[in-house]
Amino acid sequence: MVRFILRRLLQVIPVFIGTTLLVYYMVFALPGDPIAALFGDRQPPQAVIDTLRSQYHLDEPFWVQYGLFLQNLFTSNLGNDFTGQPISASLARVFPVTAMLAIEALAIQAIFGVAFGVFAGLRRGGWFDSTVLVASLVVIAVPTFVLGFVFQLVFGVQLGWAKPTVGANADWGSLLLPAVVLGLVSFAYVLRLTRASVSENMNADYVRTATAKGLSRPRVVLAHILRNSLIPVVTYLGANLGGLMGGAIVTEGIFNVPGVGNKLYQAVLRSEGPTIVSIVSVLVLVFVVANLLVDLLYAWLDPRIRYDQ
Amino acid sequence: MTSNNSHFVAPIDETPLLATDAVKTDQAPLSLWSDAWRKLRRRPLFIISALLILALTVVALFPGLFTSVAPNAGCELANSEGGPTAGHPFGFTFQGCDVYSRVIHGTQASMSVGVLSVLCVLVIGVTIGALAGYYGGWIDSVLARLGDIFFALPLILGALVITQLPLFRENKSVWTVVFVISLLAWPQMARITRGAVIEVRNADFVTAARALGVSKFGALVRHVLPNALAPIIVLATLELGVFIVAEATLSFLGIGLPQSIMSWGNDIAGAQASIRTSPEIMLYPAAALSITVLSFIMLGDAVRDALDPKSRQR
Amino acid sequence: MRFTRTSKALGIVAIAALALTGCGAGGGTTEGGGDTAGDPNKVITAYSNEPQNPLLPAATNEVYGGRVVELLFEGLRTYDASGKPVEALAESIESADAQNWTIKVKQGQKFTNGEEITAKTFVDSWNFAANSKNLQINSFFFESIAGYEEVSAVTEETSADGKKTTTPAPTAETMSGLVATDDSTITVKLAQPEADWSLRLGYSAFFPLPSAALADPKAFGENPVGNGPYKMEKEGAWVHDQSISLVKNPDYTGPREAKNGGVNFKFYTDPGPAYTDLQSDNLDVTDVLPSNALKTYTTDFPDRNATKATATNSTLNIPGYNPNFQGEAGKLRRQALSYAINREEICKVIFNGTRTPAKAFVPPVIEGFEEGIKGSEVLTFDAAKAKDLWEQAEKIQPYDDSKPLQIASNTDGGNKEWIDAVANGFKNNLGIEAEIQPFAKFAEVLNLRKSQELPGLTRAGWQGDYPSLYNFLGPIWATNASSNYEKYTNPEFDKLLQEGLAAKSTDEANAKFNQAQEILFEDLPGLPLWDQARAIVWSNNVVKAETGWNGGIRYFDITAK
Repeated sequence: MVRFILRRLLQVIPVFIGTTLLVYYMVFALPGDPIAALFGDRQPPQAVIDTLRSQYHLDEPFWVQYGLFLQNLFTSNLGNDFTGQPISASLARVFPVTAMLAIEALAIQAIFGVAFGVFAGLRRGGWFDSTVLVASLVVIAVPTFVLGFVFQLVFGVQLGWAKPTVGANADWGSLLLPAVVLGLVSFAYVLRLTRASVSENMNADYVRTATAKGLSRPRVVLAHILRNSLIPVVTYLGANLGGLMGGAIVTEGIFNVPGVGNKLYQAVLRSEGPTIVSIVSVLVLVFVVANLLVDLLYAWLDPRIRYDQ
Repeated sequence: MTSNNSHFVAPIDETPLLATDAVKTDQAPLSLWSDAWRKLRRRPLFIISALLILALTVVALFPGLFTSVAPNAGCELANSEGGPTAGHPFGFTFQGCDVYSRVIHGTQASMSVGVLSVLCVLVIGVTIGALAGYYGGWIDSVLARLGDIFFALPLILGALVITQLPLFRENKSVWTVVFVISLLAWPQMARITRGAVIEVRNADFVTAARALGVSKFGALVRHVLPNALAPIIVLATLELGVFIVAEATLSFLGIGLPQSIMSWGNDIAGAQASIRTSPEIMLYPAAALSITVLSFIMLGDAVRDALDPKSRQR
Repeated sequence: MRFTRTSKALGIVAIAALALTGCGAGGGTTEGGGDTAGDPNKVITAYSNEPQNPLLPAATNEVYGGRVVELLFEGLRTYDASGKPVEALAESIESADAQNWTIKVKQGQKFTNGEEITAKTFVDSWNFAANSKNLQINSFFFESIAGYEEVSAVTEETSADGKKTTTPAPTAETMSGLVATDDSTITVKLAQPEADWSLRLGYSAFFPLPSAALADPKAFGENPVGNGPYKMEKEGAWVHDQSISLVKNPDYTGPREAKNGGVNFKFYTDPGPAYTDLQSDNLDVTDVLPSNALKTYTTDFPDRNATKATATNSTLNIPGYNPNFQGEAGKLRRQALSYAINREEICKVIFNGTRTPAKAFVPPVIEGFEEGIKGSEVLTFDAAKAKDLWEQAEKIQPYDDSKPLQIASNTDGGNKEWIDAVANGFKNNLGIEAEIQPFAKFAEVLNLRKSQELPGLTRAGWQGDYPSLYNFLGPIWATNASSNYEKYTNPEFDKLLQEGLAAKSTDEANAKFNQAQEILFEDLPGLPLWDQARAIVWSNNVVKAETGWNGGIRYFDITAK
């Protein structure tokens, strides 16, 4: 098992190189001079633009730029963004906020998605099943920018239950509203994945065996049906954690969350290669670790799955 | 497993081996798929969803049958956010276009984006996920890590770059959007498939099939995948809706379909302008989207049931 | 001037106040209020966004940094709400010949770190700002001063692959025309006479800087120390991507004394959430409204909103390199396009009165503005005439309709709605296909405009640097002008502009500028669309907010309830 984990962690290296190379190249390929764009229609003296361009090595060929990025990375200093701010400082500001938001959203969708999914799966075609089907249709068909806006207006402004936006000093409470909005779409996935698995496993032999043994219904459901139904759900949640950590551009925008999504969006619009790649580098680590945890969970959920082959 | 001739451990003298092993040759063996189809066509859930999808397809292919109002013409600002009038049952958009006509004409692009993207994602994601999960080892490492690379790609960055490719720059079409979505969404499908395949690959019936001489790949296609379909179908049907909405987000960012191609996504994004004054304008394209997603979810449910070996009664 | 999603109606600014109302002799402040007893210690929260540059006056040319800098510093002059210049640190500013100026600086003024402000402080600050080595983006504001050429000099190198690189190479460290004769006197010699030079002295580029700023501009830009009505709350009061908090400067004695305890600028990347925050009194004032709230802000904030015309306009530019719009047929088509835009209706339906239909290439708030310039009738909506002109053009040269007529715009600035409406107008009235050509990134549009590769039309906008007709004509339409990206050129137009600049009186100058506009109406290199008003709303926590002539909120005048 230890070897398995070590091997997986070593795989971070090729993934990291692949991702940063790809992302850096994409930024490199974006049209438009990022420095000229900093100033809008009113361009500063050409000397300012040219000096900044050479300061950020934008005139260098791709491989030199990428090499400089790697060099910066390994000297634990990520360099500065185009407004002169240290990138490491902005990463340290945005990641904790988004991490809190992601955990909250993940908890919401996991708890409610699984619980509702189990009920819906146990009584397929029942009124509860139909109701949650309609509810999941709503969260899928209504885009996040509308859902977020409505939540903000209803809970933030009209009812005054929560602060309508997050802003500076984000905490668990103020992030609740965006977390709910963020969790809703994925909630539909978790719910339907759970429901499908549960309804499939209800007919499995071991369930009949367990029931025949005289186990109580809740025990059958929790220990047998649910545990065996969780693999797709866990896979989805693991993948989704990565997605959430990448920042939800729309949701973070609506609720003014100073997180990864907002930062990444601004950075992409400004073609700020170093910022984008630095964020992505952190995300790669998150993905690989999340995937590893998911794979370890598989083995726990289903003892037949073994990795030490 | 409740079928009558499954006494694998029956005493040899009570059940002659010959009788047990006898194959009913007069009866054509029912393949998984034909069996599923037989069951499927009797299910009301399937019939309803199939009819709905058929209807949506007809609307998508022949929008002219359902509305005489030309889709993208005659938008008069004077009608902005106007309520329903004769000939315009759903009223007018912020730009004064006929909502009903736009919803009808948007069906084609939206259905295409949704269905084509899901198909692409299914083909790429299921293939890669199944191979990775089933074979494990270095194949798994390479394919799963490849997925990680694409997963880490920020959506708008990917979309911005892809739409700048010479192939797409001059003529953005439904395919541009399908390409962007597929490229960024397949890892999710691959992961779910991989997880489901890993769960199934060690099952007894797979071991049995292998012992009976089914090739390794054959076992994957004939035994593992059909049993791993449930989460794949769930993901695919939900993604259909999510992709149609994703097109709205892309359009909103200026990297989706051009304005001249009508789509529900474009309409939903456009209705944002009236969200404070006439929110009902958004209702119609969103409802059309919901109906589409609903019919595919029902279809997926029915197909899954029909294919589910555990619920096969024979 | 650029309009991004966040700065929408504001654009990048330069200016918060090169206010020149003609011959405004100082004095007479018109500050209203004072009758409302508010809480003078309460901190106001205001909409803003992350400044793009260090908080150095001459390094800031966008709104969000500009508004902070203006509150942190005080220059020789400032502007009242109507745009009239008021002496601040200057005791007097005089010149007999409009070329040699003598400025008397008030004595005993200090920065908040205790450093004395003398004539030398200004001279050093201006030399710093003008020096090309210091890369201050507002350096060109000093171009009139004798010796600017030397301190701002650059060298241009062409590399092997033909790429030009400009590097700063000043040949002098100080401007020869700028001298502090004693602690209280600055003498300025301009390169040539300029009657209205002193009016720009209230602009932020001319603010004084303490010696620490010149020693380490980067560190200073993070934690600036000034002499204005406010100071940074503490070291690190600028929390990047989140907020900047300012507190009242108790030692400030100038004309802009703060009526509140401080201003906390909260950063938003989108105006939508700020509007929602205002609705629930979590934010006190905003000057940027989300486009979908233009119809509701007067009802959402009854008695808590203000809308005031500003010196900002929008045009639809028609690149001269587009074959469809060249020659005699092109001229008729440009007119047809203009007649096919129902400006009145768009202003009403889409902007709900926060825009007014353009009457000329210059907004009406600018002194010297004239209505009914010859040729300006193309700004009226006339579907029949549009169709007729288009058909006439067809007879000369058929229109290439292989592609729809595209209107380029970045999508993050709330422009889509009106562009859709204009495109629909073209479709309905001219029978051609037209649509928005959306770009996620502003830089892409700028790039295509600079390289002359736009397939269709493009939107453009301009916010005045100072209220002069020339400022709305020269930088945009003169041959090779800095913001003339579509490369329009007409020697006759250039000539009239030059005559206007050299005119003896303002009236004479304005007559020339208005005459120059006749040529623009003849050529129609761009179609004037509308002029903007600035709409602001405020919360229940404050009594009232007000904007200056250029649309900037006067934060120091806000009183809390």
